Amino acid sequence: MIQTDHLTKHYQMGDNIVKALDDVTLHIPKGSFVSIVGPSGSGKSTLMNQLGCLDIPTSGHYRLDGIEVSTMNDNQLAEIRNQKIGFVFQGFDLISKLTAIENVELPLIYAGVGSRQREMRAKEALDKVGLSERIHHIPAELSGGQQQRVAIARALITNPPLILADEPTGNLDSHSGQEIMGLFKSLYQNGNTIVIITHDEHIAEQAQRILRILDGRIVEDREVS
Amino acid sequence: MGIFQAYKMAIKSIKSNKVRSFLTMLGVIIGVAAVIMAVALAQGSTVSITEQISSLGTELITVRVTPFNTNRDITWEDFQDFADDNSDVFSAMSPLISSQTTVKSGISTNTVDTTINGTTADYEMIKKQGVQEGRYIGDIDIDFRQPIAVIGTYTAAELFGQEEAVGKTIKLQNRLFTVVGVLTELEGGNQGTVDDQIIIPLSTAQRVLRNTRITNYSFLASSADAVDQAIEKLKSYLLEIYGDESMYRVQNAEQMLETLDSVTGTMMTVLGGIAAISLLVGGIGIMNIMLVSVTERTREIGIRKAIGAKRKNILTQFLIEALIITGIGGIAGLLLGCAAIWTLGRLGVVPSVYSPFWMVFSFGISLLVGVIFGMFPANKAASLNPIAALRHE
Ligand SMILES: Nc1ncnc2c1ncn2[C@@H]1O[C@H](COP(=O)(O)OP(=O)(O)OP(=O)(O)O)[C@@H](O)[C@H]1O
Ligand SMILES: [Mg+2]
Repeated sequence: MIQTDHLTKHYQMGDNIVKALDDVTLHIPKGSFVSIVGPSGSGKSTLMNQLGCLDIPTSGHYRLDGIEVSTMNDNQLAEIRNQKIGFVFQGFDLISKLTAIENVELPLIYAGVGSRQREMRAKEALDKVGLSERIHHIPAELSGGQQQRVAIARALITNPPLILADEPTGNLDSHSGQEIMGLFKSLYQNGNTIVIITHDEHIAEQAQRILRILDGRIVEDREVS
Repeated sequence: MGIFQAYKMAIKSIKSNKVRSFLTMLGVIIGVAAVIMAVALAQGSTVSITEQISSLGTELITVRVTPFNTNRDITWEDFQDFADDNSDVFSAMSPLISSQTTVKSGISTNTVDTTINGTTADYEMIKKQGVQEGRYIGDIDIDFRQPIAVIGTYTAAELFGQEEAVGKTIKLQNRLFTVVGVLTELEGGNQGTVDDQIIIPLSTAQRVLRNTRITNYSFLASSADAVDQAIEKLKSYLLEIYGDESMYRVQNAEQMLETLDSVTGTMMTVLGGIAAISLLVGGIGIMNIMLVSVTERTREIGIRKAIGAKRKNILTQFLIEALIITGIGGIAGLLLGCAAIWTLGRLGVVPSVYSPFWMVFSFGISLLVGVIFGMFPANKAASLNPIAALRHE
């Protein structure tokens, strides 16, 4: 599913070069549930941006679902993100003036899917995350946990091979956080590939595999028993 | 993603901030309303001036000679001879002496201040105003310096009230005149119009008004086609007798209309310029608000990009937003402008003229303003880096 090959990302900061990612070679097979942990500034978000096709590497290669991504232009990356990846962000990141169902439909709009199909699939996705009652509410009318579930429904709607979540429980109380993790687990059990970035060890332990990152390098890679 | 989707998104974001959207539109509304009102005012006043000039008749040619002209031997009979000699292009000629005087009724104490016009029989044909009672002045009256007068209906009413005017006498500069006719009422019998005047034989006028210098001549061209040739002949004759072009002026309705046309043209250019500036200001307003909106919505743009929006999707969304704002503003401006034109017409300020060309044109310009001034903010939004945009607070 995910195959990186000596992936590096350097940032020029004045005279110094910050090695945000340093020679990361990584393989994540289809159907895995992986968490990436590390302290602040270790390069988690940088890795997420690479895996999420939001950015191209300074050097190295990245193959997602068998497609070489590291040399693509902006438009091609946008298309890959739309088709292959479902994003869940820390701040939920819903569009505030759109209702739950309109937010969920958004990736399908950019994929060029017709409105009837969109509505059907959005309802299905919201059903999966247990929010079929609240589809016409705007984000401000939903709790944090509910908003995050809308975001997950949005990530699911295109049936992407990869679901990427950056601190998905970071803004939630532990109870809602646990509910969201339960949702990810059931998605994993249904065969989705899930990568969660977190600095919460407790959350990380709930995945099937943990990757620890420090100063842009993978320093630990272990299966959770 | 189709245009229809982009349109729906744009409508949504316009609706979600109604007050701001309206304020943004205001610039365009005022701009467009200003354009069509300015045009309507220009065209409306042109219409009414044109009507006034045309009512004189395009065959009428007026000559004004300065009282200080160098050739004192020229008499009106010379002009008459000239017109008679060129009867192929002139059908009538009359000299005119005018004066503003108080006239008394010969039978009562009534008085009236009116215009005394001393002229010849041809004046009837030239002014296209005959008599409704009695008779007009004739050539014989001029030859014999008859103390007779033809008066307008306003003047008649002022001097004699309801009584029959023909046959009565009036006192003008202490001389008695007999009223022989009443002019056909052409302008409602109102003061200051052609219904407010007294016409007397030219020769009588020269004596009574103690003015032998004739400075005003009217010629009637034999047909509209003969006007140019008539003017030509008249000008060369005038040059021949006065030897100096500054001594006289030849005027014709046709030429006045041409002058009016060029004045209108200039007026339209000036108004167009002002209107263009107001639309430009409206456009800058749109750009300003949209730039704010792009900054405010940076995070939204980041999300859209993360989930697969391409550059062109974001660009069209923002451009269509600008177009809808200017489009609605343009239509509102048209309605406002038309309402104002209608009101001005109703109040009798200027005749209401609705010019479809200028309406379509100003609406088109407002859309163009939307595209041009929406382009920069839209491009800024479309170029945002998704990572940076997502990190934006
Ligand atoms: N756009 C950038 N320009 C310059 N340096 C950057 C940029 N983005 C990240 N970095 C640097 O790269 C390193 C890794 O940053 P990154 O955001 O990936 O850390 P992180 O693990 O996500 O931290 P956190 O847990 O605080 O989110 C940091 O030293 C950071 O300063
Ligand atoms: Mg981070």
